[in-house]
Amino acid sequence: MKDNVLSGALLGLGIATTVDEVVFHQLLHWHHFYDRSTPAVGLVSDGILHAASFFAAVASLFLLSSLRRRRAFQARPWWGALLAAAGAFQLYDGTVQHKLMQLHQIRYGVDLTAYDWAWNIVAVLLIVAGAVLLARSRRVVAA
Amino acid sequence: MIWGLVALAGAYALAVSRLGRRGIDWPAGRSLAWYSGVATAAAAGLGNHHDFRTHMSAHLLLGMAAPILLVLARPMTLLLRALPVRPARRVAGVLRSPATSVLTHPVTAAVLDAGGLWLLYTTDLHAQAMARPWLHTLVPVHMLLAGCLLTAAIIGRDPAPHRPGPRTRGLVFLAFIAAHGILAKYLYGHPPVGVPAPDAEAGAQIMYYGGDLLHLVVIVFFFQRVFADRTCRVPPGKLTVSPP
Repeated sequence: MKDNVLSGALLGLGIATTVDEVVFHQLLHWHHFYDRSTPAVGLVSDGILHAASFFAAVASLFLLSSLRRRRAFQARPWWGALLAAAGAFQLYDGTVQHKLMQLHQIRYGVDLTAYDWAWNIVAVLLIVAGAVLLARSRRVVAA
Repeated sequence: MIWGLVALAGAYALAVSRLGRRGIDWPAGRSLAWYSGVATAAAAGLGNHHDFRTHMSAHLLLGMAAPILLVLARPMTLLLRALPVRPARRVAGVLRSPATSVLTHPVTAAVLDAGGLWLLYTTDLHAQAMARPWLHTLVPVHMLLAGCLLTAAIIGRDPAPHRPGPRTRGLVFLAFIAAHGILAKYLYGHPPVGVPAPDAEAGAQIMYYGGDLLHLVVIVFFFQRVFADRTCRVPPGKLTVSPP
């Protein structure tokens, strides 16, 4: 159970940052690689988070394969943790990184209100979905 | 530089043939890794290094791609096996010495590698290296050696009596990736002395994304080892000798 949650959460973090990188930076070119106005603290935090997400994704997949080998894989807590972690990252990205640290914005040259709300609502929905799955799997274990 | 690389390839071939004469097989995959590593380092010397994009691609080849291949070829294991007993003992003694333990510690290696990069790109060292031939040779040699030291400290397959546990190695490498990525983003906005802004932007992205790809390879090797050790570990009390 513990390893299932850990593996799911690590992959959730890895996927969320990868989607951010591939979709918003590379495909849409909405985000900027580096805003010249980015303060140092934002740059450092982004660097550490980026490195950690790499580690997290690889560690999670190795953990997953070891769970399957031990026949200890449980889908519900794994998916629950994955969704909750992805949502948590997205919320952190949308509030702390985009707004507080001003690392970069979702898009440039448009009114950001709708984008920011959509971004953070999706994040909260992911967290709720993940939490529901986690709560259910706990009940199954308790029963 | 190129003669040094030729010597490295030759020494490896000589050692493998010595083992062969004693009837010991050395896995072909390791030899292949070594020669590919040497070729990768040599390829980094091609092209016009005054172009920052070429320079940055060469940096990735020298500083990370070649070291991964060279380290996987287990040169120290080969050296210890190919040498006669007495010199081999002397080499093993050097490997066990406190000085080696400090030099090959992941923290030392990461500081040498990342610190060298920060110095190169945030001071006028890069411009100096472009102007002076001796620096122009020294910089890539440092890059290759520091890269090998770091890669060996994180994913080395050679016997290393001082190697710290996976937690230390993982955290150090994580910090290194962060420092590398931060430097790449910084370069995007702050071109090194003598580099035009568009070149710096393109070079910074090569450094960032190319670096990610190579770091990913290192992380996969790292966890492969960590999980292999985990699976092999015998639970306490299970280790019994069956009676004959």
